[in-house]
Amino acid sequence: MDTKDIKIMADINEEIGKIAAGTREKLRGKGVLAVNVIGAPGAGKTSCLLHIIEGLKGVRCYVIEGDIQSNIDTDRLKALGIEAVQINTGGECHLDSVQIQNTVNEMPLDGSGILFIENIGNLVCPAESNIGESLKMLIVTVTEGADKPYKYPLAFEKAGIIILNKADLLPYVDFDMDYFMRGVRALNADAPVFEVSAKNGAGFDGVCECLARVL
Amino acid sequence: MHEYSVTKRIVKIINGAAAEHRAERVKTAFLVIGENTCIIPESVQMYFDMIAKGTPSEGAVLKVRAVKAEMRCPSCGKNFIRPRFSFECPVCGALGSPTDVGNECYVERVELFDNAL
Repeated sequence: MDTKDIKIMADINEEIGKIAAGTREKLRGKGVLAVNVIGAPGAGKTSCLLHIIEGLKGVRCYVIEGDIQSNIDTDRLKALGIEAVQINTGGECHLDSVQIQNTVNEMPLDGSGILFIENIGNLVCPAESNIGESLKMLIVTVTEGADKPYKYPLAFEKAGIIILNKADLLPYVDFDMDYFMRGVRALNADAPVFEVSAKNGAGFDGVCECLARVL
Repeated sequence: MHEYSVTKRIVKIINGAAAEHRAERVKTAFLVIGENTCIIPESVQMYFDMIAKGTPSEGAVLKVRAVKAEMRCPSCGKNFIRPRFSFECPVCGALGSPTDVGNECYVERVELFDNAL
């Protein structure tokens, strides 16, 4: 049987990209800035968010929590009076733009502010996709090691804000700050890097000022 | 890790092209996948065989051109393939910056069985 060869050049991510753009537009219309929070499991994403939300006095904050299972993180946030919604992906490695579109549609979001979307703990897939955010906030830690920019370059390239958590442990771990920063700056000339400790609360003022400015 | 949902979109695109050109079956689909997409071609083929069942794409062969991520050297002005654990230009040692090479994620072309003939 004869065949015909058709050039199509079809972007595989076009459909989900359009959904993300729609979510971003909708949120902007409500005066809500969406921040996609990415980081490895145990980096302290929720703990950092608690400090950031506390520091953002006068700014309305909403949280979407993404986890493979459980609503432990959402319970932590709700206990402090923070408006939080849980998404369980049941195994998927990152939140996708359809899940975020559906969740945003169900949230009241009745005041301008910041919507933090805490992605699944993973430095690979969440870095690659935009799910409707205006900004990616990357949380890495000194305990993970200084080679992370070299191993997960996309996460650093796409970040608008980079948080280096667990800085209180710097005296106890072999974290080569120069090697880390050289990698970060090769990938991303502009993103501010904040050293913080979710354990003692140090360093979050800078993060909050930065977010308030973007808002 | 997210190849299932990616492959669903790939099958939709290929079947769409087949419908548009009134082909009942697809012989081959050519994909271009960059390293930065984190998509594993072998996984895509596995899911493809499952998802394409009962559609014009069933039995089609996927040919994936994998593209390595490249950085651009600010001194030489040339692109180089990103080495492991370093961003240094292999020629002059300057730190490279990211480029779009490695972000590719598209269906380039399809080969359709021409049932009109």
